[in-house]
Amino acid sequence: MFVLSIALMHIPDGFLSVTISAVLWVLTAVTLAIAIRRSQDQFDERLAPLAGIMAAFIFAAQMINFPVAGGTSGHLLGGALAAIVLGPWVGILVMTCVIGVQGLLFQDGGLLVMGANIFNMGIVTALVGYGLYRAANGRSETVKLITAGVAAWLSVMAAALMTSLELWLSGTVALGIVVPAMLGVHAFIGLGEALITVAALAFIFRVRPDLLGDSEAKGSRVWIVGGALLTLAVVLLAPFASASPDGLERVAEDVGFLGTAVAAPYEVLPDYTIPFIGSENLSTIIAGAVGVIIVAALALYLVRLTRRSAPRS
Amino acid sequence: MQFHALDRYQTGDSFLHRLDPRVKVIGAVAIILATVLLPDGAWLAFLLTWLLLLALSYATGLGWDYAVKRSFVVLPFLLAAVTVMFSLPGRPLLGIQLGPWQLILTDTGLIRFSSILIRSLLAVQAAILLVAATRFPDLMHALRHLHLPAVLVAIVSFMVRYLTVLGDEVKRLLRAREARSAAVTGQRAGGTWVWRAQVAGNMVGQLFLRSYERSDRLYQAMLARGYQGEWPTSNAHQMARRDWLALFMLLLLLLFIQLIGRL
Repeated sequence: MFVLSIALMHIPDGFLSVTISAVLWVLTAVTLAIAIRRSQDQFDERLAPLAGIMAAFIFAAQMINFPVAGGTSGHLLGGALAAIVLGPWVGILVMTCVIGVQGLLFQDGGLLVMGANIFNMGIVTALVGYGLYRAANGRSETVKLITAGVAAWLSVMAAALMTSLELWLSGTVALGIVVPAMLGVHAFIGLGEALITVAALAFIFRVRPDLLGDSEAKGSRVWIVGGALLTLAVVLLAPFASASPDGLERVAEDVGFLGTAVAAPYEVLPDYTIPFIGSENLSTIIAGAVGVIIVAALALYLVRLTRRSAPRS
Repeated sequence: MQFHALDRYQTGDSFLHRLDPRVKVIGAVAIILATVLLPDGAWLAFLLTWLLLLALSYATGLGWDYAVKRSFVVLPFLLAAVTVMFSLPGRPLLGIQLGPWQLILTDTGLIRFSSILIRSLLAVQAAILLVAATRFPDLMHALRHLHLPAVLVAIVSFMVRYLTVLGDEVKRLLRAREARSAAVTGQRAGGTWVWRAQVAGNMVGQLFLRSYERSDRLYQAMLARGYQGEWPTSNAHQMARRDWLALFMLLLLLLFIQLIGRL
């Protein structure tokens, strides 16, 4: 089961359309630029050795497996844990390097789709994992650990849902089958992730509580809001996508985004072609561009907010 | 553990090995991009791209089937794409009743699925050839020349350097767990899977602390030795006429294949 999950999270090249890959590369690049600046502000020249070793740590921690049943085994993915112990920005950088090396050196995930892989497994997991965990700031250790477990589970689910949606928008999978299948498998994978994350955090609480202290509240309240919103989106979207894929397809159609999915020039049954998108790539490109601009503006706005609400020491 | 155990670089002195790493990075990405851009069912163009990759594989001196043999890593992912065969509107070929779902295999779906399969296999071969013929420090230098942020390059360099160190650390942890977990052959191992996950979690926590403390020592060593943030390489990193020519030829060839695929 875990072999399957790892394979299903690291999308190889050829599975995402060029448009989707490009849009996600832009999103990832913008987030990374912010992450680099914020982390450098925080750690200065200590950043490279810290993040480098932590990236190696996540990579190595993924090798620690535990037998589940029937010859399958589970292990850590690490996105939520990295964001919780290192703060969201360094966490994102660390996961980016892990995914980058896995793709570049080991062909575990493609190059053109690396933006999407980083987005799913590095950024989404950090937002959900850290955002929810941060909400428990100042509470007792037990509350924190429970929150961390829930956050870790949800981060895996969010990443799986994102992966499914990207594949579907690229016209690579059938939505109604893939969303329930991916989320079903990852509900179990997420349990392993939650258990390992909680146990690891509990261990760190016992041995080096100073590393997880409230005084080191890394990142600001915006993360809580972002994490909560994304979690809400997952909770609402997942059942909707599973139960009525046609409904989601209709929404995507109305937004004008499905063009990438149905760009196939085969119009065997004319009834099935979508009138105003079917052959027009233009609407796709415009929709993509508008999306990118909106997201970039949002990101800039978020940076402003974080700057204001979290004065650096 | 040695880095060679992880590195996919194959020692050699072929034309591809000697090419400027920048050309190889751009070339690999160009091949992948061109392959993904090819429309469904462009069989001739797929075949030409594959011939190009076989020729490149041969040019590394590792044999024509070096990349092909290693390209099957993408196959597990196809499981997700199988569903597309039944979801595209087209001429129905076969109907399957699977539980609550009535699946209809269509010709369009089949063409889409085969195209995805071929694209992913071709793309991964380009990536395999890139790392087989480029040393890791050269790869990092090339990415630096291509304006990847310096700090990312530095982080990745540190990461790869310490992969083996922490890999050994993990091996020791796993060996210690093994040594303390006696099991009777043929019988179920002890504990619930929840408990086993917690043991794994403790090991992860242990590894985190060891790594974190190691990063402190590394930082001090770095300060003591005046580390500049990049690994030295013996590669000159100067684009010669040969490099420009190779890049130009490759792009021309890809353009040609693209035209064939779209006409």
